[in-house]
Amino acid sequence: MAYVEVRGLTVAIGDGSLIVDDASLDLEAGQVLGVVGESGSGKSTLALALLAYARQGAHITAGQVVVGGTDMLKLTGRPLRLARGGTVAYVPQDPATALNPKLSIEHQISEVLTEPLKERPAIVQAALESVGLPSTREFSRRHPAALSGGQQQRVALAMAIAPGPGLLVLDEPTTGLDVTTQARVLELVDNLCQQRQMAAIYISHDLAVVADVADRIAVMYGGQFVEVGEAEQVTTAPRHPYTRALIDAVPSVRRRLRLSAIPGRAAELSPKRQGCVFYERCALAQERCQTDAIGLADYPDGGQVRCILSTPPPAAPRVIVDEAEPAADQKEAALLVKNLAAGYGHTQVLHDVSFAVGPGECVALVGESGSGKTTLARCLIGLHERQAGEVLVFGDYLEPLARQRTPEQRRDIQYIFQNPYASLNPRRTVGDSIGVAVKFLGGVSGKAVQAEVNAALERVELPAALAGRYPAELSGGQRQRAAIARALVCHPKVLLCDEVTSALDVSVQASVIELLRGLLEDGLSMLFVTHNLAVVRSIAHRADVLEKGRIVESALVEQLFATPEHPYTQQLLANTLELADPAGGE
Amino acid sequence: MADLTLIPVATTARQGKRGGHRLRRLGSLVAQGVVTLFLVSALVFFATQALPGDVAKMILGKTATPDRLAVLREQLGLNRPLLVQYWDWLSGVLHGDFGESLANHEPVTSLIGERLVNSLSLALAAMLVIIPLSLLVGVAAATHKDSWFDKGFLGVSMVINALPDFIIGTLLIALLATNVSHLLPPVSIIPVGDNPWQHLSAMILPVATLSISGVFYLGRLVRVSFIDVTNSEYIEMARLKGMSQRVITFRHALPNALAAAIPAASLVAAFTIGGVVVVEYVFNYPGIGMLLVESLGNQNLPVIQALVLIVAVSYFFFNRLADALERR
Amino acid sequence: MATADLAATGTSPKSPSRFARSDLARVLRSRQVQIGLALTIIMVAFAIVGPYLAPMSPTESVAGLYEAPSAEYPLGTEHLGYDVLSRVLAGGTHLAWMAPLSAVLSVLIGALVGVVAAYYGGAVDMILMRLMDVLLAFPLVVFIILFVSMVGPQPWLLVLLVVIGMVPGVARVLRGAALPLKQREYVLWATAAGIPARRILLREYLPNIWSPLMVELGMRLMWAIGSLASISYLGYGIQYPAFDWGTMIEENRNGLQGQPWAVIAPIIVIVLFTIGSNIMAEGAARVVARTEKDK
Repeated sequence: MAYVEVRGLTVAIGDGSLIVDDASLDLEAGQVLGVVGESGSGKSTLALALLAYARQGAHITAGQVVVGGTDMLKLTGRPLRLARGGTVAYVPQDPATALNPKLSIEHQISEVLTEPLKERPAIVQAALESVGLPSTREFSRRHPAALSGGQQQRVALAMAIAPGPGLLVLDEPTTGLDVTTQARVLELVDNLCQQRQMAAIYISHDLAVVADVADRIAVMYGGQFVEVGEAEQVTTAPRHPYTRALIDAVPSVRRRLRLSAIPGRAAELSPKRQGCVFYERCALAQERCQTDAIGLADYPDGGQVRCILSTPPPAAPRVIVDEAEPAADQKEAALLVKNLAAGYGHTQVLHDVSFAVGPGECVALVGESGSGKTTLARCLIGLHERQAGEVLVFGDYLEPLARQRTPEQRRDIQYIFQNPYASLNPRRTVGDSIGVAVKFLGGVSGKAVQAEVNAALERVELPAALAGRYPAELSGGQRQRAAIARALVCHPKVLLCDEVTSALDVSVQASVIELLRGLLEDGLSMLFVTHNLAVVRSIAHRADVLEKGRIVESALVEQLFATPEHPYTQQLLANTLELADPAGGE
Repeated sequence: MADLTLIPVATTARQGKRGGHRLRRLGSLVAQGVVTLFLVSALVFFATQALPGDVAKMILGKTATPDRLAVLREQLGLNRPLLVQYWDWLSGVLHGDFGESLANHEPVTSLIGERLVNSLSLALAAMLVIIPLSLLVGVAAATHKDSWFDKGFLGVSMVINALPDFIIGTLLIALLATNVSHLLPPVSIIPVGDNPWQHLSAMILPVATLSISGVFYLGRLVRVSFIDVTNSEYIEMARLKGMSQRVITFRHALPNALAAAIPAASLVAAFTIGGVVVVEYVFNYPGIGMLLVESLGNQNLPVIQALVLIVAVSYFFFNRLADALERR
Repeated sequence: MATADLAATGTSPKSPSRFARSDLARVLRSRQVQIGLALTIIMVAFAIVGPYLAPMSPTESVAGLYEAPSAEYPLGTEHLGYDVLSRVLAGGTHLAWMAPLSAVLSVLIGALVGVVAAYYGGAVDMILMRLMDVLLAFPLVVFIILFVSMVGPQPWLLVLLVVIGMVPGVARVLRGAALPLKQREYVLWATAAGIPARRILLREYLPNIWSPLMVELGMRLMWAIGSLASISYLGYGIQYPAFDWGTMIEENRNGLQGQPWAVIAPIIVIVLFTIGSNIMAEGAARVVARTEKDK
């Protein structure tokens, strides 16, 4: 019998829909199981259910969570409280909101302990040390607000391991951290599990992260495990069509890949679900997939797959996109930025930034949070006043602020925002929002407006019927497409994309990237602001690396990834996680 | 993890910077407050001195002879430019001199003094009831959300919050002092020179009036902020850590809910100051509110100016305090 | 309310009209808001129609002082021998127009001030909000009786004072509601696109602040009624021989022991009026809380 045995764990909401449907898994002490899934897959609900906890509106309706011989789900009252934290410990996604702002970190770590009061400070100290934090009194008396994001995540880890639990549940603990901090936290988790012989379940939306930290991986979709197996097998030779599709959507820093999106929308919750949850989006679906109940099939190597196919699904043809080398020595850059400086109050954010985007070229501006990349983008669009420098679009000088520019200039450069959930007014229809752009910047009025809106929606592959919908009725990917449509109706010369895919699931990201690639092929010039190197690799021709407001390296993408010169670029590349190169993936 | 050694240094520097920032913000708050109070004082003065037209005629009545009017104008310094009069008045106020009452030439300061003590006692007693009681009721309602107690509290507060103070006072008189029972005096008599705390029975009804409206208002705010805190991720985390309900309520939720409720308490203090004026009138309670209504009746300008200024400054102070606490 | 229902039923359920899906309609569809609104409208109607229903003259002594209720005087008489029922019926006319008018005006002006301050920020914000602070330094009732005693009690002045007194509160709330919108991406886009401020305020801001506007409208109506009644009670409202419910309570409070109806009856009508507006405000606030959660 395995140290951790989960059997038939099921969580339902009021109407009977299953958010977690019959999840089973085995885990030995010292082993890490990765659970990967996109938003809405039920992975966070599963994490909480492992602690016999369900959020308001949800109920654990069946199953066992046996850890070291005790079934968490059978406990109530004081034994359950002792087991939470004591036997199964939880590490939250966002420690900034999960740590109590009014209590010192020492208090928050020691209150989980059951040892006599006298012994607790020593345990707290040891826990802080083992996560690589200072164990001084001065440090442990601090409140969470006095710590950086990475330190807060370490405190959350210390809090979890201090009582010596048998199972650690980590719910997206590195989402929101930059790659370097993420790499350190992952290393730490790995070491802690080894040293303390703890079992861990690591939940993430990021396949590469899970592949890095986990021995085994469970892929979750629509509340079900669709595939479970050894990490290497799952990431290199997946057996379920969904796992395959997920991998095919992931960009790589090694080479430029065409990203294939998963068609359709994520499975919706319904009390009357039958057949395969992935049926509607599956390229290999057969008729009986729609109706037959499909269970997990065991493979000889210990893997499990919830699919009727007996052969692994084929990889999508991920042709390396031709390196459309932009013609060198263009007479005139589409966007030319010279010696730009900007800041807030007394804080200088950008120092002497210069770069150019050639016509039809996609230039990536790479930077982590705090590098000043969003400030830069906003200077270009005229939302943030620059202190010095020049911005030219095809040789045309742009004034610092949007209101000082001519309507043509405002039209020439269009901006797509990071957060698709706020880029459209929630109280106006999508068609309305795009129509305003047509009227004000497209210079079109009357009946022609509707035609323009429809044409733009078609260009971004959205049905014209969506024009009458409100943003809340659209998925994240659809909203981002609508925002792109709003930019396109202005017929811009330069498109600024500010982290446009960072809030999207990987399969949706793929479709947005491919859409943008199409626009590039149509001749649009693009500045692509992002922190994600793999995305850069898949779409950009040239990249400028921004560190603390300065461009530290500027090169063609091939060259940058093959021979990064600046230490910061090297560090970013070294810490970026990659899926293992699929055997014969080319 | 080489950066770890740098952490204490870095954060101390950050804290130091934040301390300086906080000081600067406090300074700017105080400066803004002073400017606002200056404008408030100007508004009070010009409303009383400039609006009525001829102050002397207003005091002496329409039948006054021109001679007597001239004498009074001279006496009050009304012949001087308005700005000069304002400056004189303001510099007097800043030295604690509010001038003389027109009725009996008593210095306004001594006239107000005892009344002010009475009113402050009233407001203080009300706050002493309101704060603990609304905390108790608010937390109880929040921790028993959707129970009969919570629903009852919400329903009753919907009615109570809609009642103007004078109606609550009048209903209390009907209930406790006249029609239904005679437990308490309907009129608050506090002899001149006595401390109001020696006449508790005279204070109970006015305090109760202020407290009822205060408790139902503040109690609801406490309830909402406690529920907000309960829905936070750190409370969920505390449950996942296996903390008991008692520890969660008192150690984890309450300090955070209090932080949100303290500005509201300050706001209630401001409301209470406003309420004191009306409530004193209801019970004939000898405080500054009653004095203000009387002085407005006989156009005793120096007293009116002093009282309105005092009320405005304290009201403004608590409003501002609520703001500052909320932004923290 | 009627328009909301029309809009909801007039078109097919699959594609409800734009209005039906706005926040305003969402607030108006709330059962609680409908109940509060109905009660408020009933009370306004009562106050307007009341004088015509009064069985006898409300300003003529018809019997002895403080007579107990009888068949002839269902609520008895009051301190000058006037019929209480007739006075209650006739005593709401001023309140019926003054309170709603001052509530609507203060919400309109306050919203304008608050949203403009939030949108422009900087010096405009600073000056507008400090001005509001000056007005906010006076408890509403003190502010009103101060000016009324200096200028004289006139209905228009009372409305003006209530409006001036309530504008700062509304402005602060709506400034708070509008401030986060400023950093929303769709507003940033509109700014970068060079869309004129007036249009941004009207088309991007307004649809997003309907709910707090409705909450304020209910709240301010409640406060306007309460303040105007308090002013009358303190003797600074409508002057003799005109009267209203507030004056009745003040005039007859000395007779509370013997003839409580002369005090209780006007209290009941005032309270029904304020409770109606409070139910409305709280209903709207609930809708706001719900929609916030959806976002």
